[in-house]
Amino acid sequence: MSTPTTPLWEVFIRSRTGLAHKHVGSLHAADATLAVQAARDLYTRRGEGNSVWVVPSSAITASDPADKGLMFDPADSKVYRHPTFYEVPDEVGHM
Amino acid sequence: MYSQSLNQQVADTTGPDDAAAAARFQTRIDAEERIEPNDWMPAAYRRTLVRQISQHAHSEIVGMLPEGNWITRAPSLRRKAALIAKVQDECGHGMYLYAAAETLGVTREQLVDELLSGKAKYSSIFNYPTLTWADIGAIGWLVDGAAIMNQIPLCRCSYGPYSRAMIRVCKEESFHQRQGYEIMLTLARGTAAQKAMAQDALNRWWWPCLMMFGPPDAQSQHSDASTRWKIKRFSNDALRQKFVDATVPQAHFLGLTLPDPALRFNEATAHWEFGEIDWTEFKQVLAGNGPCNRDRMAARRAAHANGEWVRNAALAYAAKERARAAAGAA
Repeated sequence: MSTPTTPLWEVFIRSRTGLAHKHVGSLHAADATLAVQAARDLYTRRGEGNSVWVVPSSAITASDPADKGLMFDPADSKVYRHPTFYEVPDEVGHM
Repeated sequence: MYSQSLNQQVADTTGPDDAAAAARFQTRIDAEERIEPNDWMPAAYRRTLVRQISQHAHSEIVGMLPEGNWITRAPSLRRKAALIAKVQDECGHGMYLYAAAETLGVTREQLVDELLSGKAKYSSIFNYPTLTWADIGAIGWLVDGAAIMNQIPLCRCSYGPYSRAMIRVCKEESFHQRQGYEIMLTLARGTAAQKAMAQDALNRWWWPCLMMFGPPDAQSQHSDASTRWKIKRFSNDALRQKFVDATVPQAHFLGLTLPDPALRFNEATAHWEFGEIDWTEFKQVLAGNGPCNRDRMAARRAAHANGEWVRNAALAYAAKERARAAAGAA
């Protein structure tokens, strides 16, 4: 009989009040409760955060790295989406 | 502002059992902690936020209409690309905000239904028409300028998802105001006809922009709870004054005249004093009787109805794929 595998979880930590949770890594745990406890032990030993989210790795759908150009290059040529593209004379001050 | 019709009293349904929780909640707010979706919160706080955030979202979505009107007629490719990018941003901002509202336990479908049925409001400003190209300049400069004035303090709002959405929105919004001002500057430095067009746009948009900040503080019953909960950090009048002080010199730089004979600089207070706002007009526009209210709602309803088959097809396809996967696994 083969050893049953323990599910993989992705861990997200909120580093400070008000900030969004950020992905910090993954871990194995039998269920969500254990995953939260393990995440606390593994990823917050030095006060890295005040809130933990765990998500089953299998629940994550990712973009294909091979599509990187297709997906993200179009934004490169759209310089007009940035404020610095527009000329506002210095005399007008900050805008 | 984008939720200016919010100014109504919210009934507090907190029972005595919740008193301790409410006290803890207020202590957290006072300590500048952020409230997150799974935290306990008073029912009235939740309701206020759902209403404010969804009205803000509706405003972003309806706000695409007046500007979208000029995409096909933008005077150059540069202007067209910028305008498309701006309208795309407004849509994106609507999506961030709907998502923030949904963390409070409402569904997108509910929120959209409330807009389409006329139950939910959106900012009065989008019920004015965009008659000339200069209106696109005036909207970017003035409407987005006013929006930024209001949204910067919302970045520190007590509700985490709303504040984070606002931070993202504010970062993106800065290009909107600059592109608007650039349009105005180009027209103001152009031919006499172009300058007159810029002046006409300023004349029509100035007062409605001042109304965006909502009723005067004396009439704003809603502010108390919102201030205590740190949803609102500055009063309507304070934000309006800040906007006027920032904008008047910008208008003067353009060589344009603000349509307010009472406007004068008070040396003692270092503020620009302005004339009486026509609150009757504001109430009429909010009540549905502005120049474009019916047009805007008709456009949103048509967009929703015309998109129905797409939503249905996507859901049907997803259901089919799930059924297929289940059959394959069996």
